Amino acid sequence: MSHHLVIRVIAKLLIPFILLFGLYVQFHGDFGPGGGFQAGVIFAVAFVLYALVYGLDNARRIIPDRYIRAGIALGVLIFAGTGVVAMFLGGNYLDYSVLAHDPPHGQHLGIFVVEFGVGLTVASVMVAIFFAFAGRGHKIDEKEG
Amino acid sequence: MVLTVLLIIRLHNLFAVVMLSGIYSLLAATFFVVVDGVDVAFTEAAVGAGISTVLMLGALSVTTQREKAAAKSTLVPLAVVVVTGAALVYGTLDMPNYGDPEAPIHKHVAPRYIEDSLKETSVPNMVTAVLASYRGYDTLGEVTVIFTAGIGVILLLVRVGGRRRREDEDAA
Repeated sequence: MSHHLVIRVIAKLLIPFILLFGLYVQFHGDFGPGGGFQAGVIFAVAFVLYALVYGLDNARRIIPDRYIRAGIALGVLIFAGTGVVAMFLGGNYLDYSVLAHDPPHGQHLGIFVVEFGVGLTVASVMVAIFFAFAGRGHKIDEKEG
Repeated sequence: MVLTVLLIIRLHNLFAVVMLSGIYSLLAATFFVVVDGVDVAFTEAAVGAGISTVLMLGALSVTTQREKAAAKSTLVPLAVVVVTGAALVYGTLDMPNYGDPEAPIHKHVAPRYIEDSLKETSVPNMVTAVLASYRGYDTLGEVTVIFTAGIGVILLLVRVGGRRRREDEDAA
């Protein structure tokens, strides 16, 4: 799609706002609708849009595969690790009350960290799945052409 | 919504079917907004209408755009679907009316979430509080499912690293 000037310009304009909206949904999920799952998907959509318009190779140059794979694992690790940290601080597994000076603050902090883990894993997995499918189609095109 | 479903069943052009399923998800999202499930509507719009349509299109680019004619009779699958659907509808007959305050689901843990979640977690969005704190284990499980799905797709479809390793083993 490299010759569609309008699409390229509009995508370039939209992507920062998509990323910003993703961050808003991620970190405002405590107060309004949203949370890690939705934010992760929106964040991934920005990269998918970039890959669709500017080509898969350029998108791969921006976020190499090893970072995506690290993100997939790191998100789950953050979630599970929060539970382990709570255990070390004397609570039950995934009991966030012990994370801060009083239980409500600890709960808030725990939810915040855990949602970040969810968002990281969801965004990485979505980008990884899209790259995997798009990468296969690309290879087939090369063979035919 | 019924119209889109009927079109999805009738059409054989897979590209149109993917687009229609996206439209169906968007309509489902508006339905969730109507019943005040804003978080669910948000997820449906982002995941169902947005990213899954893109992923289906990605899958279509690997396969063909036309549906193949069914080789076997469709009577047995149709019977299974009809019986399952009838059983599900029969199951809903016993359910309390929508929004009934006396329904069991509103009597068990829901009052505690509604009354105490702000005090206990200082998170105003009750859905987030339940999802991440009270039902933290469930959410951890969901994230693990997504993790497993991602790993599975990478293992099945991306094979650059594997081939190189095999060549290394052959050389050694």
